[in-house]
Amino acid sequence: MLQGTNLIKDFRVRLGLFRGNANLRAVDNVSIAIQPGETVALVGESGSGKSTLGRMLLGLIPQTSGALSYRGTDFSQLQGDAQRQFRADVQAVFQDTSASLNPRRRIGDNVESPLIFNRRLSAQQARSESAQLLERVGLDPKTFASRFPHQLSGGQRQRVGLARALASQPKFIVADEPVSALDVSVRAQILKLMQELQAQDQLAYLFITHDLGVARLIAKRVMVMYLGAVVEEGNAADVFARPAHPYTHALTLAAPVPDPARARPARHLMGDIPSPLAPPTGCRFHPRCPYAQAICKTEVPPVREFENGHRSACHFAEQVRAG
Amino acid sequence: MANLRTGIAFSLIALCVVAAVFAPFLAPFDPFRGGADALLPPGSKSFILGSDHLGRDVLSELIFGARVSLAVGISAALSASVLGLVVGSLAGFFGGWVDGVLMRTSEFFQTLPRFVLALVIVAFFGSGIFKLIIVLAVLSWPPIARLVRAQILSLREATFVEAARLSGMGSLRIIAREILPNALAPVIVTGSLDIASAILLEASLSFFGLGDANLISWGGMLNVAQPYLRQAWWMAVFPGIAISLVVLSFNVLGDALNDALNPRLQETA
Repeated sequence: MLQGTNLIKDFRVRLGLFRGNANLRAVDNVSIAIQPGETVALVGESGSGKSTLGRMLLGLIPQTSGALSYRGTDFSQLQGDAQRQFRADVQAVFQDTSASLNPRRRIGDNVESPLIFNRRLSAQQARSESAQLLERVGLDPKTFASRFPHQLSGGQRQRVGLARALASQPKFIVADEPVSALDVSVRAQILKLMQELQAQDQLAYLFITHDLGVARLIAKRVMVMYLGAVVEEGNAADVFARPAHPYTHALTLAAPVPDPARARPARHLMGDIPSPLAPPTGCRFHPRCPYAQAICKTEVPPVREFENGHRSACHFAEQVRAG
Repeated sequence: MANLRTGIAFSLIALCVVAAVFAPFLAPFDPFRGGADALLPPGSKSFILGSDHLGRDVLSELIFGARVSLAVGISAALSASVLGLVVGSLAGFFGGWVDGVLMRTSEFFQTLPRFVLALVIVAFFGSGIFKLIIVLAVLSWPPIARLVRAQILSLREATFVEAARLSGMGSLRIIAREILPNALAPVIVTGSLDIASAILLEASLSFFGLGDANLISWGGMLNVAQPYLRQAWWMAVFPGIAISLVVLSFNVLGDALNDALNPRLQETA
């Protein structure tokens, strides 16, 4: 349905008065395809380029190179009705619930915008439909429509965010860390709501998260990003059961287990994610990788493919996978 | 406590506005006409606040002086805000060389010492209330322009602006409905603080004898009071108190507006 091929996004960064500009490659040669109704989890640390990829797919920022298409039409060729259809079909839910709603406009107003502009409903229709949408996400419109965003809790605001995304009757929602800022109990409610909405409307999700537990729960397919590149992708079951990239492996080990008896030996990732301004040579992960050999410093690993489209960009993918 | 302070400030400003608007009806004497009763202390011969060296009633002069202070303060701050809003919006939205030229221009005006420039202009072109307003406006717009620009730069990237784009709003509508209303609050606050500083600057210029000679102003009253400080303290003290209170009140008003315009503080305010 939505497809990105060999996507690259560079940002120009000003280093200072005398040091000139540098190129920051936030997304490096990523290909992604979203099928109708499916959930893809995009996993990685902060700064791995997950959100940038998401914003490109939303059409909010242009790609530096590579191709983006919606239902077979290139983004640049989308015009008139097709463009309007795309704008309504591809929506987003954001992490920061207080920044994603206009603080000076009431909840009802915030939800009505897409009804009025994307769907061209009259003000009256928009009002009654926004009330229905608020009900759908579990908020009483009588209580909430006239409130301001700051009067709601984070969980309530995220429900409003969902109602606003649904208002356009989308086919695909980019959910950028939608539950990361929420309390654990609220997190479960929102995830459940998102799953229900998905079943009702046959929505596709790109679920951006750094939380493996969430990814495992909600996604059929997983892509793991590190420093702008996809290092591993495949069915969630395969990727989590038998990770084929040391980075994914390390992430699964770092994920907390709610059972002290089963606590695993801590083999945490060493150090921080390197600066994307000066990415390491060869395999980008080699400075932090427990499996690293000489070859990793010089040669970019080719993508190796296992069954069910399970792919990994690691020189030693087989060994990692064997555990 | 904050409410009491705000209430007092509002009352003082309201009093000042009433005095300015209804001056001819409120003043017990004609402030321009002197008499034989010069330098009488407060309370004598129905001069509630005393009389000056020409036998004019100090209270009546104060009431008429409110007109000049408010007119200068409000017009100067309003013109500066409008100018700053326009320049800041252009710089913020267009960026690039437009931004560069406008911001360098605003920096140029910011480096000029306000008081000295006002002195020089009045010395060269003569004093007059309109010239004064223009000088004050020209000197006060840069901070507002920079504020608006910074607001717009950050709001342009705000998530709710991206959300508005996703909801199908066009660029002009996003600017008008999502960005500008959120950028306006600090301008209103700064504008009200500018009223205070414009009043103060007008009073300072008049104190140095560079005010409009045909009008009664508080600063002008201070100016003529100088030689009589020892004999007639009331000639200097009352206009001084008036200036202090009004300037203070506008500062408090700015603070109160800052709280009132912040949607996050609305229930607690």
